[in-house]
Formats: sequence, C-alpha cells, structure tokens
Amino acid sequence: MADTRDPKPFRTLASIPAPRELVMPKSEEENLYEEVERGVLFTKVESMVGWAMNQARANAIWPLGFGLACCAIEMMAIAGPRFDVSRFGAEVFRGSPRQADLMIVAGRVSIKMAPVVRQLYEQMPDPKWVIAMGACSSCGGVFNNYAILQGVDKIVPVDVYVPGCPPRPEALLHGIMKLQEKILLSRPELGPIPRRRLKKKGVA
Amino acid sequence: MTINMGPQHPSTHGVLRVALELDGETIVACKPIIGYLHTGMEKQAEYKTYTQSIPQTDRMDYISPMSNNLAFCLAAEKILGVEPPARVQAIRVLLAELTRISSHAVWMGTHAIDIGALTVFWYTFREREKVLSIYDHVAGARMTSSYFRVGGLSRDIPEGFLDRCEKFVDEMPAHIDEYESLLTKNPIWIARTQGVALLSAKDAVAWGVTGPSLRGSGVNYDIRKAEPYSGYDTYQFDVPVGRDGDAYSRYVVRCAEMRESVKIAKQAIQRIRELGEFGPYRVRDFKYVLPPKEEVKTSMEALIHHFKIVAHGFFPPVGEAYSAVEAPKGELGFYMVSDGSPRPWRMKVRSPSFINLQALPLMVQGRMIADVIAAIGSIDIVLGEVDR
Repeated sequence: MADTRDPKPFRTLASIPAPRELVMPKSEEENLYEEVERGVLFTKVESMVGWAMNQARANAIWPLGFGLACCAIEMMAIAGPRFDVSRFGAEVFRGSPRQADLMIVAGRVSIKMAPVVRQLYEQMPDPKWVIAMGACSSCGGVFNNYAILQGVDKIVPVDVYVPGCPPRPEALLHGIMKLQEKILLSRPELGPIPRRRLKKKGVA
Repeated sequence: MTINMGPQHPSTHGVLRVALELDGETIVACKPIIGYLHTGMEKQAEYKTYTQSIPQTDRMDYISPMSNNLAFCLAAEKILGVEPPARVQAIRVLLAELTRISSHAVWMGTHAIDIGALTVFWYTFREREKVLSIYDHVAGARMTSSYFRVGGLSRDIPEGFLDRCEKFVDEMPAHIDEYESLLTKNPIWIARTQGVALLSAKDAVAWGVTGPSLRGSGVNYDIRKAEPYSGYDTYQFDVPVGRDGDAYSRYVVRCAEMRESVKIAKQAIQRIRELGEFGPYRVRDFKYVLPPKEEVKTSMEALIHHFKIVAHGFFPPVGEAYSAVEAPKGELGFYMVSDGSPRPWRMKVRSPSFINLQALPLMVQGRMIADVIAAIGSIDIVLGEVDR
C-alpha cells in the first residue's frame, strides 16, 4: 500500500513564497522576529505527534529476550560483535515481557509451549509487534508432526515473517528493518484502535 | 514457598522450567520440568530415510551440529558395516573438533552472561563467527550444516578450506588466553563458581553424567580414548580432568579442552594434506552410497544405483547398532534398529544434555537461588537436545 501522506508533516515559514514588495531596510527588532520565525514549525498537532511517536517507536525497538530453539542462537548472534543490531536501535533485549515491545519468536513452538508464548504476548504492553523468525515459527518447517505448532500465527498476530532454517543474521536484520518501515507507516494519532478495525481500513 | 523459574527466563538457555521449593532463600527441592521444546524427532525419524534424518540431527544440539551428524552417520555405518576412507575420517575429526571449540565458546559466553560478566560474550562470539564462516564455506550453511553423509561426506572440501582452518587454529590459542585473562583469576567469577554446584565423582558416575561435567568431577573418561571412533586413537592429545567437581573446575576443564581441540585439529589438517587435499570423499559401495556424478553420466549401472538410492533410499541389513561419540556436551549416542527397510524401525538418542540435567537437583540442594543459574550454566545443556 502506498502512503499518500506528505512525508514531512510540517513546513517552515521560509518555504512560503513572500509577495513582491518594496525592499525596506529592516530594523534590529524585525531581524530578530525573522530569526525566530525561521526556527518555528507549523503543523497539525495530531500529525506531528504521530510522526514523532513513529520515529521514536521505530528506532528504539526493545525485543523480548526469549529464545526457543536454533534460531535463538542466531538471534544472539545479531547482538554479537559481527552483526551488531544496535546499529538499528534494537539491541536492548529485555528479560521481562513487561518492558519489551517486540517479540521475536525464534524457533519451533511446541504444543506445550504455545500457551506460554500466548501469555508472554499478552503480558507485553501495547504497542507490540511480532516477528516470526525461521521456517518453524512461520509454518512448522520440517517438523510436520504431532508435537509442533504449524506456525506461530495460529496463536499470535505476526507482523514480519523471516524465512530460513535458521535465517542468517542479515535476514533477521532485514526483518527488523521491514518492521521499522511498517511502524513508520502506522497512525498512532488515531489512538489505540483494535487491530481488527485497522485491518479493515487497510492501515495495519 | 515454591517458585517457578522459566520456561521463559533470560538464563535458562532455552525453555527449561525449574520448580524450586524454598525455605527462605535456601533451596529445599528442585525439579526440572522439561518438554517445552519437544519436537518428536525420534518418531519422525521412523518416517524418513536415513539420509533424510541427517538434517534433523542438526536441530537437536544446534550449537554443535557436526558432532550430531557424526554420531548419526557412525551408527548408520555400523549397521551397514561400511567404514569411510581415512581421508574422510580426518575431515570429520577436523570439523568435530572445530565444533567443540565453537560450542565451548558459546557456552562460555552465555554462562558468563548469566553470572553477570557480559564482556566475555563479545569475545567468544567473535571466534564462533569464524567457525560458522568455515561451516558456511564447506557446507553452505552457517548453523545447520548437514555436511556428513552415511558413508562419507556430502561433497568434497572446497579450495582454500584447509588454509582457512589452519589460520583459525593458529590464532585460537591466543584467543583462549584472552578469555582466560577475563575470567580465570576474576574474583567475582571465582566467588560465583568455586564451591558452587558441587557434584562428587561417585554421584556423577551414578547419574550417568558424561563429558566435561563428569571430567570436572575428576573422572577420567572420554569416549575418544575409551572407545575410539573415526581414528581418534591415532591422534596425540590429553584428556583434561578437573579436581573439585564444582562449576569452576568444569570451566577449567572446558578451557583446557579447547586447547586440546586445537592440537587435534592441527594434526587432522596435516593428515588431510598428506592424504591429498582433494580426493574421494565417499565409500565406493554403491548399494548404500551415491556413485560419483561423472560415473552416473557414463555408466548404466551407476545410473541405476543413483536412481534407486534417490528414489527409495538404501536398504540396510536387519540389525541394530549403538554408536556414541564424545560430543562437546558428553556422550552422544544413537541407537538404531533396522528391519531391512530404508527407514529405521526405531531411533533412540542418548543425549548428554538430558542425562546431565538430571544431576541438577543434586547440585543445588541446600544452596541459594543464584547458584541455580550457575549450576544450569555449568552443565552446559541445550534444550533442543534435552527434549528432542
């Protein structure tokens, strides 16, 4: 979906063309006014707040430090020295779901683990996002059997799927960048809207 | 009071849940509850041909995939009665030892994070990335390599691979010195690990604990020496043994093991060079192993063998076999029963993490809650292997 909104929701007075008139020497007071006006932005309150909130949310994602299987080791690797996820502002892995806003489901979810994953998701404060990392959490992967949930999207809403078994750390970084794009397109100024209504509008 | 630790806990190395019964801060009883990562791999192996099961073994102990591949292939080869050429065995030994180095590096980084020393993680993961690049070079995947096949390897080693391994093993001892300079004499590390998670030699043997956890208790038992496979009896190396049976002596044993692995890897590289850097990488027994591609294109017989193995899998003789290797975590054994069909009738995995974990209540009885973290870290469990 293309975003039709103005990428910059504000404009400065300097960008508005002034009508032609006789140039008069300016007093010191007038110069001062001009300086002040150059540093002042005009915008609608709600769009400014939304823009700033999106910037803050997208560039400081706090993932939940929560690993299930093989993919969790690659998730640790993105925090490691070679891939360094802190370049994208998502290095603060939290031990508690109360402090996290991104859940990276890294690995296969067994039937026994599924209620725990759901509870962790519910314990996270809004707004929250989910990345399904790897083939197992996306669709069950190679384990199509009695023990494994065939995709974590059966119990929590997933924002980004990262394929691979396990995905390379670069792939997970790409997934996080895609999530950032998605967050920047969201409309927080509309208030906390249930996901179902957003889906109908085609926003989320 | 009873408190619950896990299954989501920053320092349980996966989805282990531990129910702790407390008196104040002292642990009265500890009960590990497992099964949160149960994947049904043993059952699934009964529905897959032997070759198809190899990728599953990668995902068991995902920190040391090559050791798991090796254990599976050795068990299958025992049923078939084939033995791969010496060159293939040397390549397997080289990769298994690199795996040991990388597994111990991950263990050291995560164990140190649990205890509060974050810095070590950045150092050990730097070296782990180098091992993963070597896997990537040889097998095409960073973690789930699936490189070994029943009767050989999936393909020959690529050009420049041995030089790359040599460079890594040459610089590794200096890196192990770096890790040791961060931890060995660190007073906080010593306070948190010395005298913690004690396991006597008698208990360790009684509970079937193996690997560095057993050797940390002072028992000199290593399958590479006791029951050599892949020609380990022809390599020169020592088995480091600890003294006190606490978390610190397990740490000392693993550090020394990394140095021994470097020694073995150097010998293996030299041996591969002597036997030819490129050469046959499979047994020439085409009832069980794919014939070389060139022959498939020129010989009718090879084409038929190729087709039969790809379409049905190979048909092993009726029988059963148990084969164990010294994986980084301990004795990793595969027990296979064959009924003559291309799929194993039963596959049982004797996973070291599962059995070492059973000694956890013994280690933490009467200790503080914080010691549980040190104990779980020190036995080096991987939940993928515990639950399978």
